[in-house]
Amino acid sequence: MFKRSELDKRPQVEIFVDGVAVAARQGDTVSAALLASGRDVRRSTAVSGAPRLPYCMMGVCFDCLVTIDGVGNRQGCLVPVAEGMQIEIQKGKREIGK
Amino acid sequence: MTMAPKREAYDVVVIGAGPAGLAAAATSAEAGLSTLLLDENIGPGGQVFRAIASTPVTERAQLGADYWMGADLVQALRASSAEVIQRATVWSLDRNLEIGVSIGSASAFARARRVILATGALERPFPIPGWTLPGVMTAGAAQTMLKSSGLVPDGRTVIAGQGPLLWLLAAQILRLGGRIDHILDTTERGNYFAALPHALAFLTSPYFAKGLSMMREVRAKVQVISGVTELAAAGDGQLASVSYVAGGKRETIPADLLLLHQGVVPNVNLAMAAGVEHRWDELQLCWSPVLDASGTSSVAGIAIAGDGAGIGGATAAVVRGRIAARAAVEALAPAAAAKLAPMATLRTDLAKAERGRAFLDTLFRPAKQFRIPAGDTIVCRCEEVTAKDILDAVAIGATGPNQLKAYRRTGMGPCQGRLCGLTVTELMAQARAKSPQEIGYYRLRAPVKPITLAELAAVPKSEDDVKAVVRG
Repeated sequence: MFKRSELDKRPQVEIFVDGVAVAARQGDTVSAALLASGRDVRRSTAVSGAPRLPYCMMGVCFDCLVTIDGVGNRQGCLVPVAEGMQIEIQKGKREIGK
Repeated sequence: MTMAPKREAYDVVVIGAGPAGLAAAATSAEAGLSTLLLDENIGPGGQVFRAIASTPVTERAQLGADYWMGADLVQALRASSAEVIQRATVWSLDRNLEIGVSIGSASAFARARRVILATGALERPFPIPGWTLPGVMTAGAAQTMLKSSGLVPDGRTVIAGQGPLLWLLAAQILRLGGRIDHILDTTERGNYFAALPHALAFLTSPYFAKGLSMMREVRAKVQVISGVTELAAAGDGQLASVSYVAGGKRETIPADLLLLHQGVVPNVNLAMAAGVEHRWDELQLCWSPVLDASGTSSVAGIAIAGDGAGIGGATAAVVRGRIAARAAVEALAPAAAAKLAPMATLRTDLAKAERGRAFLDTLFRPAKQFRIPAGDTIVCRCEEVTAKDILDAVAIGATGPNQLKAYRRTGMGPCQGRLCGLTVTELMAQARAKSPQEIGYYRLRAPVKPITLAELAAVPKSEDDVKAVVRG
């Protein structure tokens, strides 16, 4: 869906998406890194289970909700990636204890 | 990284580090007022100057000179004494000018003598069939990824809608080697005539030459289809095609990515939750705060600057930020105001920056069929409520957006009405043959962004706070 500009010289940051290593770039938000990964990163909604991807990328739509380092319902578009970050694609509502 | 505000109280707290907030905070600090700037994003810039301090797109011509204007604002801010906290989500503001802010999953409170809200704009909802499908995004979303991560569309891409941002985004995508297959222009033909009386002001504004050259640049490379009157996205769990009607003829085109845009509207949540009076704006078709010429709202001590005060664009936002900050300085430290640009000069700057706006507002006034959906089209994305659901609720007695919550939970999901509020108001107004002003809007309250109960419970509390809620 998206590709990186050849001019992008930012250092790589390794994150893990459902346990799989993904190369992101320093300064990416979690949502941008997920969309750039080319993987199927669709979450599913709490209400009907419908698949969704980020819609606004600016913190208002909440369609980027994702589990980051064990904490659910994070807005992936507002969180920068960090080395070793563990991301889980959130299916349905946030689980208790996450 | 977790950095709570250094003080408990400030002269001025500015919320939002876009064009208005950057200018307001720098101005207030320059006059010697203790100033705190809180911003939700990773770095300063807001949406229009998104990632201005960190963008990988360093070839200046690709993003354009208007973007790089933001670098000067950030520099001025950094040269000032203003305290700046990024990744700070303000979730509460009340009439006592107490601000609740979440930073690194911990909440803190700060008091202000003056608050300048610079929370900007968000994209107007574009509720067409299939707009919740993965692969459908806002044009602004694509632009955010382009600016902050150098990402451009590379699948079959359709951009649909209208307005200046759409053309700017298309030009930027092409300059960075991205792919656009079609642009579906939804501008109503009648709007060209309606906008004519404002044409002179527009022709003599900076928008004109810039807009024209950008549209030429895009049209040379992309097939543009004008007069689109219907639009729908389709696919099974993922966007597969976009269908549209233009000139009475229906077409369906395969697509991997659909970028929607029909203008921006003020981001009202924090201002409304603080009790600021808003009115329905018949030209811009949105809620705008009731303000005086300095941006002062109906709540004492709260001013609003930038697009949150009514859509005016980035240049106007910068000037509105300076005006609001100057007014705060005049109130709190009148002697220091002499250091700043005189109010008369700022008002002249503002008039100049707003020149041509009426033309754009009229030309790009979104068509009714793209604002007020029907049938199974989802209106509330969070709670997955359709237009038909809402009309059914009206038929059995729902009178306005607040009653509708009890019927259908519209606006009660995590986005708190940001993506459905305008649609719900207009849909109910039409169904009940009333004006949007009469129908009203969701009653918004803190927390205006979701925070956990654990975070609330961890907030430091005094003995009095505990006594206020504990029985016996």
